[in-house]
Amino acid sequence: MSLDPAAARFTRTANVARKERAESLARAIFMLMSVAMIIPLVAIVTYLLVRAAPSLSWEFLVDVPRKGMREGGIWPAFVGTLNLVGLSLAVSAPIGVLAAIYLHEYAKDNWFNRVINLAVINLAGVPSIVHALFGLGAFVYAAKFGYSVLAASLTLAIMTLPVIIASTREALASVPMAFRAACWNVGASRWQTIRGVVLPNSISGILTGVILQVSRAAGETAPIMFTGAVFYKAVKRGDLFPFGLNDQCMALSMHLYTVSTQVPNVRESIPYATAIVLLGSVLMVNATAIALRVWLRHRKRW
Amino acid sequence: MSPGSKTIEVEELRLAYAGREVLHGISFDIHRNEIFGIIGPAQSGKSSLLSCFNRTIDFNTDAAVSGTIRLDGEDIRRVRDVYGLRRKIGMVAPLPVGLPLSIYDNVAFAPRSSGLKSKAALDAIVERCLRQAALWDEVKDRLKHLGTALSGGQQQRLTIARALSHEPEILCLDEFSIAIDPVTTMRIEDVLKELRQHITIVLVTNLVQQARRLTDRTMFLWEGNIVELDTTEVIFSETPAERRTYEYVRGIFG
Repeated sequence: MSLDPAAARFTRTANVARKERAESLARAIFMLMSVAMIIPLVAIVTYLLVRAAPSLSWEFLVDVPRKGMREGGIWPAFVGTLNLVGLSLAVSAPIGVLAAIYLHEYAKDNWFNRVINLAVINLAGVPSIVHALFGLGAFVYAAKFGYSVLAASLTLAIMTLPVIIASTREALASVPMAFRAACWNVGASRWQTIRGVVLPNSISGILTGVILQVSRAAGETAPIMFTGAVFYKAVKRGDLFPFGLNDQCMALSMHLYTVSTQVPNVRESIPYATAIVLLGSVLMVNATAIALRVWLRHRKRW
Repeated sequence: MSPGSKTIEVEELRLAYAGREVLHGISFDIHRNEIFGIIGPAQSGKSSLLSCFNRTIDFNTDAAVSGTIRLDGEDIRRVRDVYGLRRKIGMVAPLPVGLPLSIYDNVAFAPRSSGLKSKAALDAIVERCLRQAALWDEVKDRLKHLGTALSGGQQQRLTIARALSHEPEILCLDEFSIAIDPVTTMRIEDVLKELRQHITIVLVTNLVQQARRLTDRTMFLWEGNIVELDTTEVIFSETPAERRTYEYVRGIFG
């Protein structure tokens, strides 16, 4: 085969070889890191599942704890978490999303709104134990809600609010300014623009932000421990709303702490099964969120 | 209102962004049913001027406007219905902005915003505007498809259709051909020649030849001042009043 002069211009020089080596090295490092990230995740889930296996059953989920929590199920803790998270999001999601819409779409860029933004960002970084203390002072004592589902939910709501505001703003910012300008140019008001173009294109991002807070609210122990969650509360098996707003309640995260450290001679698999239920419910919520997002995005393209 | 009468009167218009003045007190008139060209290099305040016309400049909190703009004798600072004002002026941006809605909804957006709900009336508007923008034949079978999925040139015509959907009396085009191919540009230019029978057109352009082809009068704006405003014939003649105009339209000017 004769050497074509045109092809000879593209020979593999030492420089090219070095470039290729660097390329494969970089690729290897990045891949290694993502594998390193997945391994602990898989390991944790597998370990938990194996240890929890003896206790895992439908009965475990719907039954009440028996014999001083040494046997039986975790129904009260499970519905307690459902109620707490549901109530707290019912409060924080509307307030957070609507506030973020105001801050991003309406508010002028003046010192007052800059202070609000700064406050939101900083509040998002406050440790949960501090929120717990605030909830104790504000809701349990000052507002006289007592140790209750209401106080605990509001504390969780306060904790998740700044993050919901921040993530909603991000989602709104991802809608290009040109879309808004185009709407304003044809005589649409800000609200018509938001409803017609901005929200339909940011709703999946907004939902993701809110749903991520479900897992956070479900997992937090300190805020509810200070304000309304207790070690044990007797409820009827399978009852979906066993707690009134002013009652104290059980919660999965709290229950996990209790059975792991506070109760002697618990069957070994029970704490692990509790963890699996907590993890499973959070994953279920996330899966729902992903499905919803896929559906919304699919609808967006007609 | 007869053709040739003044539709927009601008008096001593000053515009500053956060203290930096970009329009230094300019005054001019735009006549009914003319194609009014605005030429000038980037950063000379052309686009800002357009956003003063329909008061979308209000959305920029840094901007400070002084002076007067009258639309058919009415001071636009004083209008009670700013949305109505914006509907009287159609705006086409430099880069085509198909809204992430269906082609149909893109055009129907403005009529819906002003409260029109009747399906038949909306259908009629959508068809009329898409025909006027020379896009109907290409999209009539897929009105439910996403407007943003169209090609650049089609999207720009969609933008023009949207700008016509609220039956403006004045159509402002801001460098509409910047992102589209010459053939499409020619098609849109034909559309504009057709449209000028009914409405006034303000054409901001970087292409001096486009201004020469289309406009009746041309304004040369440079660094926020009007260098010269005259009939297009004079501006592009051997003897415009200003030497800078002569140099700019021939591309000698830096």
